[in-house]
Amino acid sequence: MTDLCDLSASELSSKLAAGEISAPELAASSLQRIETVDPKLGAFLTPTPELAQERAAELDSYLGAGAPQTGAAGIPTALKDVLTTNGIRTTCGSRILEAYVPPYDATAWARLSGAGAVLAGKTNCDEFAMGSSNENSAFGPVRNPWDLDRVPGGSSGGSAAAVAAGEVVWALGTDTGGSVRQPASLCGVVGLKPTYGRISRYGLIAFASSLDTVGTFTRNVRDAATLLGVLAGHDPRDATSLDVPVDDYVRGVEDGIAGLRIGIVEGTYGEGVQPGVQDSMRVAVERLATLGAEIGEVSLPHADHALSAYYLIAPSEASSNLARYDGVRYGMRADGVHADVIEMMVKTRGEGFGPEVKRRIMLGTYALSAGYYEAYYGQAQKVRTLIIRDYEAAFERFDVLVSPTSPTTAFRIGERTDDPYAMYLSDVFTIPANLAGTPAVSVPVGLDGDGLPVGLQLTAPLLGEATLLRAASALEADLGLELRPPLLEGV
Amino acid sequence: MPVEIDIEHVARLARLELTDEEKGQLRAQLGQILEHAAAIGEVAADDVPPTATPIPRANVFREDEPEPSLPVDEALRNAPDRDGARVRVPRIVEAGS
Repeated sequence: MTDLCDLSASELSSKLAAGEISAPELAASSLQRIETVDPKLGAFLTPTPELAQERAAELDSYLGAGAPQTGAAGIPTALKDVLTTNGIRTTCGSRILEAYVPPYDATAWARLSGAGAVLAGKTNCDEFAMGSSNENSAFGPVRNPWDLDRVPGGSSGGSAAAVAAGEVVWALGTDTGGSVRQPASLCGVVGLKPTYGRISRYGLIAFASSLDTVGTFTRNVRDAATLLGVLAGHDPRDATSLDVPVDDYVRGVEDGIAGLRIGIVEGTYGEGVQPGVQDSMRVAVERLATLGAEIGEVSLPHADHALSAYYLIAPSEASSNLARYDGVRYGMRADGVHADVIEMMVKTRGEGFGPEVKRRIMLGTYALSAGYYEAYYGQAQKVRTLIIRDYEAAFERFDVLVSPTSPTTAFRIGERTDDPYAMYLSDVFTIPANLAGTPAVSVPVGLDGDGLPVGLQLTAPLLGEATLLRAASALEADLGLELRPPLLEGV
Repeated sequence: MPVEIDIEHVARLARLELTDEEKGQLRAQLGQILEHAAAIGEVAADDVPPTATPIPRANVFREDEPEPSLPVDEALRNAPDRDGARVRVPRIVEAGS
């Protein structure tokens, strides 16, 4: 049965505006779904049902005929637990911030809340957003609504699962190396990573500052366009926030792609890509051609080195950013009497961080240390320049690039936890866009032989979100997939 | 060949307590990850400039005007140990120095 929480934000917005449904009814539908399915999924770390009901009741008095249309008013929303919320616990999936209650809102949430969105809760994620399976959360894994024995992807696994299962209508995540697009792909939803700097990072608890991007999970492309319109814009509180006009992403999103030049990225049908993923890619590429796009092939010659560059740059920035967790101003402090302040810090960090975070702090500290800086961090920064040049060359010939989002569909819980390098390979198609800052989106394009969703990634030049979403929307409309995870049968 | 790492030294720099088991695992895993990364040493020529951030912006300033700021109580609400308007930590300097 379809409930209100299964509808898209644009449908719900129209119904709210017409007075056909009320904000409290909509919130109740979402909260009921969370109560029913979240014990199985584990998508939420901190559900906020009372707040959601209060907020919906407030909105009830002024939503309806004549109310300003923000597209977000009354929409049940979830936030990845790395975005700060004033007065609501924000853990980053880490023991070290288990009891942290921020005194301020992230700008992304402040904008969305200001537009009338209703917060249903904070979602589970890999600790400090480091991971590709959500298995690195200190508070337990999230399960994939398409198969409860499989991962939802990561690091924004809770947000992806929550949207796929209808617990909320949309959600925010963060994408540093694919952490929105890869879980969107594995859960069968739309995951957008905008241009670096398009959405403020203020209140996004830092992992790797030159790569971190706030991103969105929605069940269709139009909702992604609406949500981006609310979130995008300059913020004086983030010095890397871009001070350029925000496009109208919704207008024109359904205008089609006749004449659009689309480049298929070399490696799309490579040996590391599962046959089921390749099959869905072939079908989707054919459809793009039928829709009038000009299809060609393109190579990003330095993409092979992107993974290595990323796994030096991101841990280096992380080792610096995470130095702030020292048991002094916020976060946990190790129990016991400490001989001096250094011992206290060393023990606090040893107890507070999980294995993947320790691994990246160590990797980054090593890559930045005297004698190794040039060989590792310095060299990785040069490779980053080469990858940016690859994109510049590719975008001289093409408007949009296409590849799989992830080389595989959802893998089994525990399957890759013993081999960090195999886990890192999940990100091979998503990482280059973070290094170059370009916008990219994952759209569902089919199911593999096991009934698991496959995502296709589209990438556009810097600030090319309008074109990106138009291409994604055309493909989505043409494929017309009805994606409802088996978990929801009988719900 | 896996890269040899002085784990104790790096852990000291990172201010991170590690068990012996963790040290063993990290020595092997980081060695393997860095082995994969070694190839990037040969990719970029000397004349390729480094990129620190994808869309560089320099000298982003605001007007130097006082604005309301977080009250002290709010700012210290999350401190694990405090004494009035200050955070309390174990001894930092040697006794008598």
